[in-house]
Amino acid sequence: MTGRVITITSGKGGVGKTTATANISAALADMGHKVVCMDADIGLRNLDVVLGLENRIVYDLVDVVEGRCKVRQAMIRDKRLEELYLIPAAQTRDKNAVAPKDMVRICDELRQDFDYIVIDSPAGIERGFKNAIAPADEVVIITNPEVSAVRDADRIIGLVEAEQKGPAKLVVNRINTEMVERGDMLAVADVLELLAVDLIGIVPDDTAVLVSTNKGAPIALEPKSKTGQAFRDIARRLTGEEVPFSASNGNAGFLGRLSKLIGSKEGRNA
Amino acid sequence: MSDVQAIQVDIKGIREGLLVTLSEGEWPQLEQALLDELQRRGDFLKGAKLIINVDAQDLNVAAMSRLRDQVTDSGLLLWGVLSSSAQTERSAQLMGLATRIHDGSREPEAEEAEEYYEDSAPQELGPDGGIMVRRTLRSGASVHSPGHVTIIGDVNPGAEVIAGGNVVVWGRLRGLVHAGANGNEDAIVCAMDLAPTQLRIAGHIAIPPSERGHISPEIARIQDGQVIAENWTLG
Repeated sequence: MTGRVITITSGKGGVGKTTATANISAALADMGHKVVCMDADIGLRNLDVVLGLENRIVYDLVDVVEGRCKVRQAMIRDKRLEELYLIPAAQTRDKNAVAPKDMVRICDELRQDFDYIVIDSPAGIERGFKNAIAPADEVVIITNPEVSAVRDADRIIGLVEAEQKGPAKLVVNRINTEMVERGDMLAVADVLELLAVDLIGIVPDDTAVLVSTNKGAPIALEPKSKTGQAFRDIARRLTGEEVPFSASNGNAGFLGRLSKLIGSKEGRNA
Repeated sequence: MSDVQAIQVDIKGIREGLLVTLSEGEWPQLEQALLDELQRRGDFLKGAKLIINVDAQDLNVAAMSRLRDQVTDSGLLLWGVLSSSAQTERSAQLMGLATRIHDGSREPEAEEAEEYYEDSAPQELGPDGGIMVRRTLRSGASVHSPGHVTIIGDVNPGAEVIAGGNVVVWGRLRGLVHAGANGNEDAIVCAMDLAPTQLRIAGHIAIPPSERGHISPEIARIQDGQVIAENWTLG
């Protein structure tokens, strides 16, 4: 078995990287894949909290790097999903405790046993980011429909291309349909026009995400949630499935722009 | 000359040009070693832009301007000086030299960051020293050239293009652009969609209006001491 390494990154902080990592990993595992997610945000770990596994940590990524334990020993099995594991970050160290080559080595070991290795990158473009993308086969950029997040995403896409890890894939997180319709928020089409990369997900702005994050229960596992569906769709697209974007997912602007491009009268006013 | 031999002059290519790092020592010897090295590799380096890392050396404006003249005499262009000395930095700034390279710092990380771009440097030198870039410049990318710059692709917000000559963008121009950066008021900027964050020609700075109507190719130039932009029409 040779697993694929997917790194989730954004440049800007607070756009939803960790939430996306937890949900995409959970959705992949729910589909029956063997998944391990890894928190590369050393010193500011969060992924364990979002997955509700904080109290089970014994060893962490830095322990593996420094040889105090085997990779197996640092892996924590998820409470709900048999096939989902977490490798937590160390909280008491910083990004310099790990080097890009350590990440490559650990991921090469994990590839033997897992279908997907999902890495949660820290914000920024420094060491932590380099660690996170060094082993990546694929990079997923999370952005929000706001100018500063899109600007940072653009910078990150450039860096990913320069590292020859491209082409990066894009998830637009926290789209508020009503605000887009009122013209108060960037539409997905506006974001795509600037970034010019492949879109693999549109996630609505949803307060239920906050609740699920605090509870440590990924929303991707709630069958009725639209947001959960959005994350499940991203997971399916990552496995190579063609999943259409549903119009109710807050991408009216995107579909509007598309229909305008093909000459329909339904296009929104630019 | 044995002292001079002992001094290390390390030259490596980075996105802005050539980064020269000198080992420690007295400035007169270091300067001599640098000039000898430039002389020795003269033909190979000709026309290149130099960024010299002088570390903690204190250089006043007179020393700096002598350095620039000597570098120019060797057929190269002194583009920037990196230093941890406040005096040197001030002298360099007074002379209009760069004191930072594109990642904005001289910290150890900066050198690692350079490597991101080394392989993917988009630049091809044309016959007149101009640069042709065949890709989109994303936020954080920058292209500098003493000659003209042509970009086939977009220039996104947060990216910058600085040219001694004209700038032509076959795409959307939304970042910062400076044409005629050495003071050439006849320089022009044109783009398929001219919407830069800021547009500079020689010493003039313009901030384009954010409200825009129909998008069409435009050309910007200086007329009567003001930057103006006109639609480009065929014929």
